[in-house]
Amino acid sequence: MLSQYAFIGVFAIVAFALPIIGLLMAWLLRPKKPNPAKNSTYECGVETIGDTWVQFKAQYYLYALIFVVFDVEAAFVFPWAVAYNKLGVYALVEMVLFVAILLGGLLYAWRKQALDWH
Amino acid sequence: MDYIRDFFINFAHSWTTWISGGLPGWAVTVVNFLLGGLILVMMPVIATLALTWMERKVIGRIQNRLGPNRVGPWGIFQAIADAVKMLIKEDIIPDRADRPVFNLAPILIFVGAAMLWAVIPFGRRMIGQDLNIGALYVVAIGSITTVAVLMAGWASNNKFALIGAFRVVAQLLSYEIPMVLSIGVVVLVVGSMRMGTIVESQWVPFCLVLPVAFITYVLAAIAETGRAPFDLLEADSEIVAGYFVEYSGLKFGWFYIAEYGNLMAVSAITTTLFLGGWRGPFAGAAPVLGPLYFIIKTVLVIFVLMWIRGTLPRFRIDQMLAFAWKVLVPAALVNLLWVAAALKLPVPQAVQYAVMLVGNLAILGVTLTLLGQSAKQHAKRHGLAGA
Repeated sequence: MLSQYAFIGVFAIVAFALPIIGLLMAWLLRPKKPNPAKNSTYECGVETIGDTWVQFKAQYYLYALIFVVFDVEAAFVFPWAVAYNKLGVYALVEMVLFVAILLGGLLYAWRKQALDWH
Repeated sequence: MDYIRDFFINFAHSWTTWISGGLPGWAVTVVNFLLGGLILVMMPVIATLALTWMERKVIGRIQNRLGPNRVGPWGIFQAIADAVKMLIKEDIIPDRADRPVFNLAPILIFVGAAMLWAVIPFGRRMIGQDLNIGALYVVAIGSITTVAVLMAGWASNNKFALIGAFRVVAQLLSYEIPMVLSIGVVVLVVGSMRMGTIVESQWVPFCLVLPVAFITYVLAAIAETGRAPFDLLEADSEIVAGYFVEYSGLKFGWFYIAEYGNLMAVSAITTTLFLGGWRGPFAGAAPVLGPLYFIIKTVLVIFVLMWIRGTLPRFRIDQMLAFAWKVLVPAALVNLLWVAAALKLPVPQAVQYAVMLVGNLAILGVTLTLLGQSAKQHAKRHGLAGA
């Protein structure tokens, strides 16, 4: 069990190492001739105006909020699904109630037009 | 003959026996882990070398072109020529970029694409590690991509890149839910999250038992890998290239490799969850055939995804997100409840599967009817002909 996760750890180290080694190799091989025009922000040849890091559309935030609710639900679904055969009919009733509450929330967001793009 | 029949496993045993002659026990484990990690970490790179060529050929043929045909016979060395070009290209970092985050993003996106391969079963007992939370691990690692993309888009300090990154995050978050729910349905039927067990228990491929989960997963997987028709995160005609517009050289290369690594990984996961993985004729008697079947099925799934890319036009972001939340999520939730109810029926497993199939087909029919009606209403309201 622990050795399984040790493999994942070793694998993560290897997975980090490969792109770093690749980038180091490219750093040795590639030419380095920076100039101000080359290093300016790319906007199809037009000078960029103003700051990029400004307020963004609130719609993205609404999707993120709904996502959090459903993602937590998904995290509950997995242990329930694994243990389902050992549980009685009550597990089914429980999940129906749980999903019904969530569907109610989705329906509310739908009616409030949170899912429409404004 | 017996050695050949389960060649890969026997070869691994011989290798372990051979190196334990000269090394202590813990060193053998470390060497084997490092070797396994190295083989698996090369999968996205191999996938890129093979799939870029395949994709350009397939799309070329769909568009009535020849595709690459200059570098080597049938252009098969095109991908290698591209790789060399990326390696020796100048790396441009914009002056206004946030340098540490800008440099970390391509590394992180590759890690996300590579780590998925740790739990993909190529054959019986041929798997990096058969974690008891395999299916959940796939979902968890899959979300590293989202973070890396947002880092790239934000650190570039470029408006195209930022818009691209926002679109990606909205899209990946929205399509994550139907994807997770359809994986959850498979876990529910099998009763285990181990990828090995999921393959072993598919005496009939789950795409024939759970078509709704299968279609939902494939659609969500196309969106998660950001391919056409869901490629508006890098829509070239609107926002140039999206979140990686400021990257060049090998840093761009890692994004490219991660994209194809993810494409191959989701196809491999589709094969594992819904198409029976390495199972096939005589795979029980000769496990050496397992990886062959696995690769054939995976390449078939990839071909279908390329075909979809070559056929359909791009969606708008509002249409895409509405499709995820108003169609896929309700269908996946209803499917989950139906399958759970079918599993509680006191009948043999085959009958349960038949009940699941009937329910799935009903959900599919109702969804398609509602979609058709809504499309007709939309067309009438906006005075469009046809529909």
